[in-house]
Amino acid sequence: MKEVYLDNSATTRAYDSVGELVRKVMCEDYGNPSSMHRKGVEAEKYIKEAKETLAKLCKVKEKEIFFTSGGTESDNLALIGAARANNRLGKHLITSAIEHPAIINTMRYLEEEGYRVTFLPVDRYGRIRLEALKEALCEDTILVSIMYVNNEVGSVQPIQEAAGIVKAYNKNILFHVDAVQGFGKYRIYPKRLKVDMCSISGHKIHGPKGIGALYIEENVKIKPIVFGGEQQKNIRSGTENVAGIAGLSLAARTIYENLDEKVEKMRGLKQHFIEGVTRIKNTTVHGLYDETSAPHIISVGFAGIRSEVLLHALEDKGIYVSSGSACASNHPQVSGVLRGIGAGQEFLDATLRFSMSEFTTLEEIDYTLDTLYNIVPMLRKYTRR
Amino acid sequence: MRFSTFLLKYGEIGIKGKNRYLFEDALVRQVKRALSKVDGEFKVYKSQARIYVDCEGEYDYEDTVEHLKRVFGLVGICPVVRLKDEGFEELKKDVVSYMDEIYPEKKLTFKVETRRAKKSYPKNSMEISRDLGEAVLYAFPDIRVDVHHPDVMLNVEVRTDGIYVYSQVIPGAGGMPVGTNGKAMLLLSGGIDSPVAGYMIAKRGVELEAVYFHAPPYTSERAKQKVVDLAEIVSRYAGPIKLHVVNFTDIQLYIYDQCPHDELTIIMRRYMMRIAEHFSGKSKCLGLITGESIGQVASQTMQSLAATNDVCQMPVYRPLIGFDKRDIVETAEKIGTFETSIQPYEDCCTIFVAKHPVTKPDVEVIRRSEERLCERIEELFEAAVTTEEIIKIG
Repeated sequence: MKEVYLDNSATTRAYDSVGELVRKVMCEDYGNPSSMHRKGVEAEKYIKEAKETLAKLCKVKEKEIFFTSGGTESDNLALIGAARANNRLGKHLITSAIEHPAIINTMRYLEEEGYRVTFLPVDRYGRIRLEALKEALCEDTILVSIMYVNNEVGSVQPIQEAAGIVKAYNKNILFHVDAVQGFGKYRIYPKRLKVDMCSISGHKIHGPKGIGALYIEENVKIKPIVFGGEQQKNIRSGTENVAGIAGLSLAARTIYENLDEKVEKMRGLKQHFIEGVTRIKNTTVHGLYDETSAPHIISVGFAGIRSEVLLHALEDKGIYVSSGSACASNHPQVSGVLRGIGAGQEFLDATLRFSMSEFTTLEEIDYTLDTLYNIVPMLRKYTRR
Repeated sequence: MRFSTFLLKYGEIGIKGKNRYLFEDALVRQVKRALSKVDGEFKVYKSQARIYVDCEGEYDYEDTVEHLKRVFGLVGICPVVRLKDEGFEELKKDVVSYMDEIYPEKKLTFKVETRRAKKSYPKNSMEISRDLGEAVLYAFPDIRVDVHHPDVMLNVEVRTDGIYVYSQVIPGAGGMPVGTNGKAMLLLSGGIDSPVAGYMIAKRGVELEAVYFHAPPYTSERAKQKVVDLAEIVSRYAGPIKLHVVNFTDIQLYIYDQCPHDELTIIMRRYMMRIAEHFSGKSKCLGLITGESIGQVASQTMQSLAATNDVCQMPVYRPLIGFDKRDIVETAEKIGTFETSIQPYEDCCTIFVAKHPVTKPDVEVIRRSEERLCERIEELFEAAVTTEEIIKIG
């Protein structure tokens, strides 16, 4: 059967070259980068090379790159580490209402530790309201965390403006960006954006799972959240995941090759898909469609069909998509993001996310549209009465 | 000191007259099957109305006991220390150190019970019991003898191949060995009840087959995997299970199209019973098993049960019929199915369920509603049973 993978915001297929490199590092250059002998030095080279690559892509310093087990750990380290290191300056944190659970639940944990957290509301396109940010800032604020691209509806946040507002209010307030969905689709330069910390993940950019990175501006005070052998300047102990780091680096280099071309292609496919899918009655596309939205994410509500049913019906035709956000959709609860953008009641449990990659083709999109034209009317006929 | 043998005690099957060997042989087979999943080499044999498991070489004691505890038909599992006969003085020392190791607290009463199968042994049973008892008393001043109600019954068996010492009895699962009471077809959903129902019937020695109704795309691969996982857990007790997975979607949608909506669940269940019976006939099953319990949901009122039962030719066994949910959950937790059962995947019974289903269906009315299906139902039934997927579990 044909396989059409449109769940690239959940995870991506690794580049073949990444798979080969990971195997080589694991089976041949398997040394511990902390070992003093040649095997160790060999392994350490991969880490150096990866730092160079990421530093160059983000226009930051190599010593400002730290490797973690993925986007979730990067977010945890940034929020918990920075909050604890700076709590003498204040105990107020700000984030948005539509962040990934890695941010929302970490913030909830910090609330238990005695911090106060403001969750900023978003407009109907899923963008934070800058006015609300201005109002939320106070003397006690020490950290603001806003995502680059929302993982469920693909809205792009006004990071530069938000960071500008925060820094104008008080330059000591730290600004963190969860760029897990934005990295590899946008050129993200934290220093220009006035961002102090930035999280990325390997498996969203055709790299391995279990690897991520956190940019930490060199003057930011941060405390470690895991303890051990004091690797990575004691910010993140634990033997480095050398194979993952090498894979992440290669994936990052590869995805940024001809980026504009890839993004333009995805945008074209997104437009085409939206035009096609909105021909089906009682459907809605959440968020914005235009250039200001992420090129790869399309969130569509199909009134009258439970998303899980449509998901399995598409799966039956070889098409893989998510209901809501895959990271959160193991437990069937209504998406906080859709509620946050004020989506209609009829779409809350009836929305699918289609997410593309550079490998997505026009033919695949057309096949998906044809399949939807066939099955949506059939599924709508049978509903709970 | 190392347990190198298990002596297995069985209950009800001890009284089965001339058929006893059939039950014993079935029990030996079940013990062998259970131990085939444990690392190590085990020799299982029966001797003098007991079953012995000799553990050759290295084996995992806890894992072995865990597996033996799942064998229906066993009432007690006794870990045995097997000693070489090196004279009575050595035996005394060994028995004293056995007591020392097994009962570190020492505040207890005991009695020695000896069986002497090796008649050439220099002392008789009485003498052995007496002298060993004396040795234990002498070694541990806090221990006392109580011949009527001892805390510890220290068993010593003098056999030609060595001397067996045991005193602990780990409770077994009870029931009867699977394979001694025919076979039945379990209607297995992903819920809490049906795995427990299967377990209970298997405990009476009945071999299981199972049928699961899958309704893609309304139910997911994970819902099906959940049922496979549940069947796997039940099979740890019940032995291998042949699971029939039936695609029920088309039948369900056809009923939805043709029949009154508040009767959907009842009519659906009547077709599930018919399909289960169809497979039962082919696999020589002697009855159906369901997890129904009176009044638990709309489809399990007395009227609904009667309406469902109306289509069955075979006996339908409902071992949970008088159980409260609480009791069912307790058993589900005990046998290890509960955690899996509560995973939140929709099953085919709930997807189209009416807001107000009939709770007191009239059999005549239901039969008339079903007549509306006459045009295509045979064809759909045929398609459903011929496209079944069979998964062998355990």
